[in-house]
Amino acid sequence: MALKASKLKVGDTHSEQICDNLSRTQIVQYAGSSGDYNPLHTDEVYTTQIAGYPSVFAHGMLTMGMTGKALTNYVGDATLTKFGVRFTNQVWPGDTLTATMTVTGLRHEAGQHFVDLSLSTVNQGGKEVMSGSASARIDA
Amino acid sequence: MDKITFPVEASHIMMFARSIGDTNPVYYDAAAATKTEAGGIVAPPSFAQSVAQFNPDYFLRPKPGLPWFGSGKTATGLTEKSTSSGGLHAEQHYEFHRHIRPGDVLTVESKPGKSWEKESKRAGILKFRESVTEYRDQAGNLVITATSVGVTTERPVAQG
Repeated sequence: MALKASKLKVGDTHSEQICDNLSRTQIVQYAGSSGDYNPLHTDEVYTTQIAGYPSVFAHGMLTMGMTGKALTNYVGDATLTKFGVRFTNQVWPGDTLTATMTVTGLRHEAGQHFVDLSLSTVNQGGKEVMSGSASARIDA
Repeated sequence: MDKITFPVEASHIMMFARSIGDTNPVYYDAAAATKTEAGGIVAPPSFAQSVAQFNPDYFLRPKPGLPWFGSGKTATGLTEKSTSSGGLHAEQHYEFHRHIRPGDVLTVESKPGKSWEKESKRAGILKFRESVTEYRDQAGNLVITATSVGVTTERPVAQG
């Protein structure tokens, strides 16, 4: 169901756990579906010995995709008009991530209501791994 | 860059939704999806990125007969050591004019945007490069405008 402008106010928040103990296999799954086979995400040997990282890490776009799941669970299907993010810290296998959406604005333009949201996805240690914003069409 | 043709298939949308852990039936169950506000199967918001599958030259996909920089017999398949730790994704922005649906045949074109440099404590000199990608449908209508920012770091990003 779409959100209703009449039931929302600036400052409202919605949080959702978007992954629990992220597995290397899910990262492989994302490589397969997206087509991004960068070994930094799936090849422990390359990533530790050549690239110099402590282990493989998730595609930023996997974090965006999982955050998008929380977002569409909140605003409804096919209602997003904008979704933009900045990747601020890497996401590692074993991480548990939580996405939080905060209402920053409610607009009424050309007969259509919109909600503007700020986004923050944090890991189990409370460190932000991704920040961003989104807008969606909502009901009156 | 040449224009890429991106035929959108229901099975690809289903696999993409699985890979992000999204069990919403609107991404795989046609009957259930018709009863939602979407009115039928749609693609998850960040599905547009899967256009990489249809880019014949995509550099992050191994190709038969060509050296690959990931590990095999040795830790990298390249004989010369790369001077950079490789590119990372810094930002991604989508503007949805409508949402992608199975059966869409999208024409996708990317153009370079701004570029800039920044000094960082964690990874040395950062070189940012923006790219703007338009996804259009068969009628020529804009479906998604995507802006991606990639960053090349001087050294691997320090942890902590």
